Amino acid sequence: MSKTVLADLAVALATGQVRVIDLTNTLSPDFPVIVLPAEFGQCAPFRMEKLSRYDADGPAWYWNNISMNEHTGTHFDAPAHWVTGKDLPSNTVDAIPAQDFVAPAVVIDISAESAADADFVLTREFLENWETEHGTIPPDHWIALRTDWYKRVGTPEYLNLLEDGAHSPGPDAGAVEFLVHDRKCVGLAVETVGTDAGQASTFNPPLPAHSILHGNGRFGLQCLTNLDKLPTFGAIIVACPLKIEGGSGSPLRVVALVEGEAA
Amino acid sequence: MSEPLTPPKRKDPLVVTRAGHVPPALRSRAATAMAARAGLGRFVLQVCDDCARATYPQRDRCPFCWGELRWQDQPDGAVIEAETTIRSSIDLFFKDHLPWRVGSARLDAGPMATVHLHGDVGQGDRVKIELKLDRSGNPALFAMPEKETPHMADDPQLRVFTADPKYRRVLVTDGRTATGQAVAEALLKAGAKTVFLGNADPLMRYPGQDRIEATAGIEPVRLSLTDTRSIEALAGQLGGRVDIVVNTAQFSRQGGVGFGGNLNDLQSGLDLEVTGLMRLAQGFAPALSGRSDDGDRSAAAFVDIASIHGLTGRAGFAGSSAAAAARLSLLASLRGEMARTGIRVISVLTGPVDDGWHQNVPPPKTAPAQIARAVVTALQQGQETICADEVAKDVLTRWQDDPLLTIREENK
Repeated sequence: MSKTVLADLAVALATGQVRVIDLTNTLSPDFPVIVLPAEFGQCAPFRMEKLSRYDADGPAWYWNNISMNEHTGTHFDAPAHWVTGKDLPSNTVDAIPAQDFVAPAVVIDISAESAADADFVLTREFLENWETEHGTIPPDHWIALRTDWYKRVGTPEYLNLLEDGAHSPGPDAGAVEFLVHDRKCVGLAVETVGTDAGQASTFNPPLPAHSILHGNGRFGLQCLTNLDKLPTFGAIIVACPLKIEGGSGSPLRVVALVEGEAA
Repeated sequence: MSEPLTPPKRKDPLVVTRAGHVPPALRSRAATAMAARAGLGRFVLQVCDDCARATYPQRDRCPFCWGELRWQDQPDGAVIEAETTIRSSIDLFFKDHLPWRVGSARLDAGPMATVHLHGDVGQGDRVKIELKLDRSGNPALFAMPEKETPHMADDPQLRVFTADPKYRRVLVTDGRTATGQAVAEALLKAGAKTVFLGNADPLMRYPGQDRIEATAGIEPVRLSLTDTRSIEALAGQLGGRVDIVVNTAQFSRQGGVGFGGNLNDLQSGLDLEVTGLMRLAQGFAPALSGRSDDGDRSAAAFVDIASIHGLTGRAGFAGSSAAAAARLSLLASLRGEMARTGIRVISVLTGPVDDGWHQNVPPPKTAPAQIARAVVTALQQGQETICADEVAKDVLTRWQDDPLLTIREENK
């Protein structure tokens, strides 16, 4: 590999030829978290208590104590998050090789389908048709599902939790098997609160994205924004979870590098 | 009859708000003991173990025979033998509230006592004596008409001793629960002008939402007791307009300590019920205190609803009881702070609430409507502690009689 690659990248970043797109939602107490049936443990929302703000508790400094779940806000799912990945090696955020945190992405746009049907299910057939139009999904890529769901943040329609459960788009088992085994994806990156569809607990098998991705050592990225700002091919996602000992996931800042003129 | 209270006018911004003075606070230990009983709504006097005579005012020994004195509930009848109107006082509170009527009452229980007079009673009248708390939390005898008179609760002297919700604006912290909704509706029925109804998660629907939010007088507000900034934001917006705060937040979960306890449930409960109470107090207590003597619609009370098992602990609900214990402790400290500013701090004690989190608890359980009734009664009477139902009453009675025994009984 040429030693000029990073130097070239530095120049490209400085000139705006490579731009950095923020794919992260702001961590705030208002940001919704996944809601499980009441008998299960619940995901803690983000909370912040001021320690000092140039006051008697710290005259020259401002800082806060914060608390949240590992899966609050824009977050990373490690294989250990799901029972299917519990016995895999290096399955927690502290053990995953750092090399895996930077990877290219292919963006699959299902925003029109999701707008038409909140329960849109991504199938293998849909992906194969997509490949016919756009080209084969390369290996070792994040599969970024553009749904424009991030535009619903701040409304009840983001979680879309109705009396019969949540309604949001996601893949079925066939699609995930295809992406994991036939396309060797790094993981699934979504704008919704989970990699699975809102109704996926009723699928057969249930929750296929969590089950198949993590059972095969792949990752999840949830609650992303701005996937509509990425090209179909060519973006690089940088997603480094906090190095939590034995952690099942982590809130994180996710950015994408894209080529093109400065915005 | 009393002059009926009229809806208060909007405040003249050029008029200086009357400072919330309180009557003289320093009292003997015996008077403080009487206050503790007054807070429960009881009418008690000291009775001598030896000569069986009742005495008033409070003393350390019997003034007739030097015998030991004990607190006993007493018949509440009396006759007003003399009355007078005070037109001048050097006390800062009474100076602002002159003229003030007092009288000498011959209590059916025996002693002659100086009492505050309701506007509908005068010399020679048979009256009903109520043992009230004044604005500084000290005991005072108040002579009420023997029979109900028109607009009796609107008497201006009586309102100094109560926190009647009539025409007041109330913040109910959690409107997502049946309890919060029942409390809000009961307050409106009791004449509250507005109930600001807290919702910790405005993006998430809740049972009863359409009905309660469409009710006239209800104003939904964003409020999460686990989010300091949401309290600061609401206090910044409404602090000067809230006259009564009612904290209906509760997080009750089944579980033990060494067996079957859930640490996350404990943390969630402590954060909501204990830290949340302090967040709420820090947000609203200063503004309430600044308006405690601000005319007919002065700020009046801070009400907290907690499980009676905070006094004892409870097998099977160990974590929830621990949160309730901490909550009662914080509230006791807040009461001491607020007594200096004239705001009544009220504790509504409940048994297991009849909700989804107490499905495994056999009846009797506390219905939300009972809690709502207790909140309104405590405010109207100016009580400090009230039991919402028979379970709470039973535990409190046993606890008062023998705390250590009751703790053992409740944790078997």
